[in-house]
Amino acid sequence: MFAEHVRLGAVMTSFAGWQMPLRYGSETAEHQAVRHAAGLFDLSHMGEILVRGPGAGAALDYALTGYLSVVPPGRARYTMICAADGGVLDDLVVYRQGEQEYLVIANASNTSVVLSELRSRASGFDASVTDATDDYALIAVQGPAAAGILGGLTDLDLGAMKYYAGAFGSVAGAPAWVARTGYTGEDGFEVFGRPADAVAIWDAVVSEGAPAGLVPAGLAARDTLRLEAGMPLYGNELGPDMTPFEAGLGRVVKFDKPGDFVGRSALAVVAAAEPARRLVGLTIRSRRVARHGYPVLADGVVCGTVTSGAPSPTLGRPIAMAYLNASADAGDAVLAVGIRGEAVPAQLMDLPFYSRSR
Amino acid sequence: MSNPAELRYTAEHEWVSVEGTLASVGITEYAAQQLGDVVYVSLPAPGTAVTAGEPCGEVESVKSVSDLYSPVDGEVTEINTELEDDPSLVNAEPYTAGWMFRVRVAEDGNGDAALPTDLLSAAEYEELTKSAG
Repeated sequence: MFAEHVRLGAVMTSFAGWQMPLRYGSETAEHQAVRHAAGLFDLSHMGEILVRGPGAGAALDYALTGYLSVVPPGRARYTMICAADGGVLDDLVVYRQGEQEYLVIANASNTSVVLSELRSRASGFDASVTDATDDYALIAVQGPAAAGILGGLTDLDLGAMKYYAGAFGSVAGAPAWVARTGYTGEDGFEVFGRPADAVAIWDAVVSEGAPAGLVPAGLAARDTLRLEAGMPLYGNELGPDMTPFEAGLGRVVKFDKPGDFVGRSALAVVAAAEPARRLVGLTIRSRRVARHGYPVLADGVVCGTVTSGAPSPTLGRPIAMAYLNASADAGDAVLAVGIRGEAVPAQLMDLPFYSRSR
Repeated sequence: MSNPAELRYTAEHEWVSVEGTLASVGITEYAAQQLGDVVYVSLPAPGTAVTAGEPCGEVESVKSVSDLYSPVDGEVTEINTELEDDPSLVNAEPYTAGWMFRVRVAEDGNGDAALPTDLLSAAEYEELTKSAG
């Protein structure tokens, strides 16, 4: 795929040991194409881990915060893997591909940690854990036109596929696992194919989609899309020093599932207490962007930290996610973000900044 | 990518266009492509003294903030106020409508501007960006 991206004029970036396309032309235009037509992403850097066997569901129930053994085959869940102290090691999408087969998608930079944790946590179960990252190329087709574009290239009935569902089929004649998932806030699909077929699938989607406005899109657009959609990014909103509850994602922790799971007791304490900080959305009254690590000020006093920030093509001004200390009375205070020494006014805004009309 | 032959360039990816002792400054097409969509440009106020090789402003894109360096010594006479409303001009027309500021440079004794000796020609600048990949 590398040569294909370079041929398309991509600015490449190093990410977790991979050379990935940051943008092909204007990231703002790529962002808008995904919101209004479709975008095509190469996400082959994401980690794929197969968990298989009669005890695969039980192993994942123990290893992750979710209740994976009750997920029907052909469906997916957003979940997390936590340390014993409740800190988030990664956020994951888990597909149940069959009765005894699960495909776990990890962030590129966390794949080795997730793999070793899953191996050790599954050791007491009748399940195998296999790193399949090099067996899959991941291509995402995202946007309102995605179903129409990909539908013309597959034997699957995409119109009948539910959100967070997936199925084995063919795409451009090649075998693939196709799922209605994504990280953009739009309808869309993720195609897990063989690396040897990746360029053929990519080119077929480009040909099929170009008349409908599909463009290749890079990681820069992916970041602004997920930020508008209020989706957390590991390393920014999530990390080992944060729990799912602080990120406003306590719903992924399934205390009602039977048996113990790693982090249960620590997370139960966190769930019962007031979180020390909370994740909020901010809009910035300037063209300047509030970036990761910049301080948030309430009446001039530091009350939190920006975790992600970018200009929002949809809102036409910069947006940010930030952790505010629980003690900060953000409701009545005058909020600002310290942008390289200048206090720039900011306003609270409910997350997500953008949700598509369904 | 084509860098106008009549301009001079710096290793920090600025261009300079000189008429008499007035130097117009912007960033190169290569710089604009590497930065991505420019969303904010902070420029030195007219009257400010700038020094070659020293930061005098900021160029902010979707993904990053970069210092803007002055390629010449002198006093800022004018800035491109169009960029306040439309910073994307830097990407669309880096060598024309996307210009950033003008500097009155000292005279060299022959009626020309006294420019730093390390400014690059278009060919030299292209070599530089080629080797940067």
